[in-house]
Amino acid sequence: MRTDKCIPDIATALREAGVRDGMTLSFHHHLRDGDFVVNRVLDALETLGVEGMRIALSSVFPVHEPLIRHIKSGLVRSLDTDYVSGPVAKAISSGILAQPVMFRSHGGRPRAIGEGSLHIDIACVAAPCVDGLGNINGSGGPSACGSLGYILPDAAHAGRVIAITDFVSKEPLRSISIPHSSVDYIVKVDTIGDPAGIVSGSINLTRDPVAHAIARNAQAVIRASGLLRDGFNYQTGAGGASLAASQYLREDMRRMGLHGGFLLGGITRYMVDMLEEKLFDAIFDVQCFDLHSVRSIAENAAHHEISADSYANPGRKSCYVDFLDVVLLGASEVDVNFNVNVHTDSNGMLIGGSGGHNDAAAGANMTIIVAPLVRARLPIVVERCTTITTPGASVDVLVTERGIAINPARAELAARLKEARLPLYSIEELRAMALNITGTPKKLALSDQVVGLVEYRNGTIIDSIYAIRDS
Amino acid sequence: MKRCRSMLFMPGNNPGMLASAQSLGADCVIFDMEDAVAQTEKDAARILIRHALTYMRPQGVGVAVRINALDTAFWKEDIAAVVRGGADFVLAPKTNGPDYVRELMAGLEAAEAEHGVKDARIVVFALVESALGIENAFAIASAHKRLGGMLLGAEDLTAELGARRSAGGDEIFHARSRILMACRAAGIRAIDTPFPFVTDLEALAADAAFAAQLGFDGKAAISPHHIVTINAAFSPSPEQINWAGRVMAVARRAAGEGKGVASLDGMMIDLPVIKRAERILAMCDGPVEDFHAN
Repeated sequence: MRTDKCIPDIATALREAGVRDGMTLSFHHHLRDGDFVVNRVLDALETLGVEGMRIALSSVFPVHEPLIRHIKSGLVRSLDTDYVSGPVAKAISSGILAQPVMFRSHGGRPRAIGEGSLHIDIACVAAPCVDGLGNINGSGGPSACGSLGYILPDAAHAGRVIAITDFVSKEPLRSISIPHSSVDYIVKVDTIGDPAGIVSGSINLTRDPVAHAIARNAQAVIRASGLLRDGFNYQTGAGGASLAASQYLREDMRRMGLHGGFLLGGITRYMVDMLEEKLFDAIFDVQCFDLHSVRSIAENAAHHEISADSYANPGRKSCYVDFLDVVLLGASEVDVNFNVNVHTDSNGMLIGGSGGHNDAAAGANMTIIVAPLVRARLPIVVERCTTITTPGASVDVLVTERGIAINPARAELAARLKEARLPLYSIEELRAMALNITGTPKKLALSDQVVGLVEYRNGTIIDSIYAIRDS
Repeated sequence: MKRCRSMLFMPGNNPGMLASAQSLGADCVIFDMEDAVAQTEKDAARILIRHALTYMRPQGVGVAVRINALDTAFWKEDIAAVVRGGADFVLAPKTNGPDYVRELMAGLEAAEAEHGVKDARIVVFALVESALGIENAFAIASAHKRLGGMLLGAEDLTAELGARRSAGGDEIFHARSRILMACRAAGIRAIDTPFPFVTDLEALAADAAFAAQLGFDGKAAISPHHIVTINAAFSPSPEQINWAGRVMAVARRAAGEGKGVASLDGMMIDLPVIKRAERILAMCDGPVEDFHAN
């Protein structure tokens, strides 16, 4: 087999790709906190002496801490991402970057790439399995991560595409996520990631009784909504209450003899179990969260890899989120207008980002936010969110362990839930209930420096994120 | 009679758990001052429980407090805290005879007098957990008008007997039957012992279903994860509710026509059947607003 595309090291590949100052390099986060590729490419850029780069990385994890050093050195000038956590999030909140970070959603990112507002010069694919032609998939090799959904738009639109891999298959790949026709170079390295950080061996259901109380309330809402019927399409996160709720959904579907349509989004074993039990027809997967789902996507024909573009790009004629009946999403804050914050905590510190939050909320027939009424002594329901990630117009229900609030715009849903005798309150009542426990927190004072811009999925800037003040 | 299907023990020295008490689905929670609290933490738990009752009282949920036993130095201060905070129930541990109940009631009344509480709303439940207590079951159940129920404590009992706890519960069958019989004879509630194997939810379901079949009104729990299963076991099925509604309709019609007996689906509807139907319908009521109307 020809191996014309093979380049001995990352720096050479970057040089051949024409890297120069100020370019945009893109990366993806399927290797999550086990990713070595971003840091290795940054080190290679350092040896090449370039500067002022824009890093478009779909999500930033604690493992990406070296970014801070490269920002300080001037190698990295700006960040474009959907989610940040760990030391980089803290550094951004403290104002390390001169330019605000562009925060997009998982659907907004492929929209921006496709329309050209996020032009990618070089896409660096962390490729678990490559063949000699340059075909890539995420299911083979020692660093298998399953779906490669978030990097597919980058590979399709970038000026140059470098596949960085630790496994080159001698046989041509049968299952192909990124075709050779999109790939310019292949670099074989010793390892692209730490398997322990790439996916969890298993994500266990929480034992937290409050999370289960929230989950039971959420499932009661789904049951009463009238949406739970044959062909039901569903998405939920991997957080405590969301994951627990999927177990209650499973029990209801068994009891009611229902057969669902598809499960969507980031996938865990609990979704896979429902597919294998034939409670659903299909899984559409942008990211695998555990080894169980990595195995499933490789073996089960009903478990499909999808790109971020078809998952959630609002510029397409349709995307998968548009077909959702129900999505369960978390929140760090919900305000009395049902706006939701998942970017910052109540101290204004960056702790995440939209990911698919505002995409799924916009697409789903019913968007349920699950959150404890009080978290770490602070009320979750606030007068105004510190940062707006998802506009209240796309949020239908807030479910807490102490009660449920329905967006007043959804009168028909409210009537159904009332008939089911669920513990309904206005969102102001829920806020009062929380304040009764916590007292009214002092208003947060942030600095004037804008460290992030929140781009809604359609390209509108809907909020700014400010640096935290030195205490 | 309001429902008391599940009674959940919660450690009295854990503020986070006390704060979440109303959200766990239990019909009643038991703030524990006794076994769940170390000797050195007794005063802290007592203060915390009083504040929880006063400022963060769970809504729509019955609240019991398990005080320390009468042979300890703590129980009178415990009772005073309960009276000041205003719980629905006092759960009296290690109740072994009628004198024990009467001594407790005297202490309760003294505390109420001292703190100017006149409505005597607090109901006492006796936790019977010794061989002597089982032998004295009816004497305990009928010892005082403010005794509202008895709860079997099988852990201490089986330790005393030298029996091993099993998921099937054969070793406590006699004790369960004695408690139940005594409660029914005295007209008070009978609450079954907690299921000790925390993660075995399948065996819990069988155990709770058996207790419900015997006739218990509800079951205590040591894990919040047991509540859904216990509530389901002590809730009538839709078929039972439908049957009970039809029995009551037939009985009403018969009464209107001046008939003493009627029939439904070939079954004679007489007083015992009507009482069973009433009991099923009472179990459908919403949770606790008033535990005091026994």
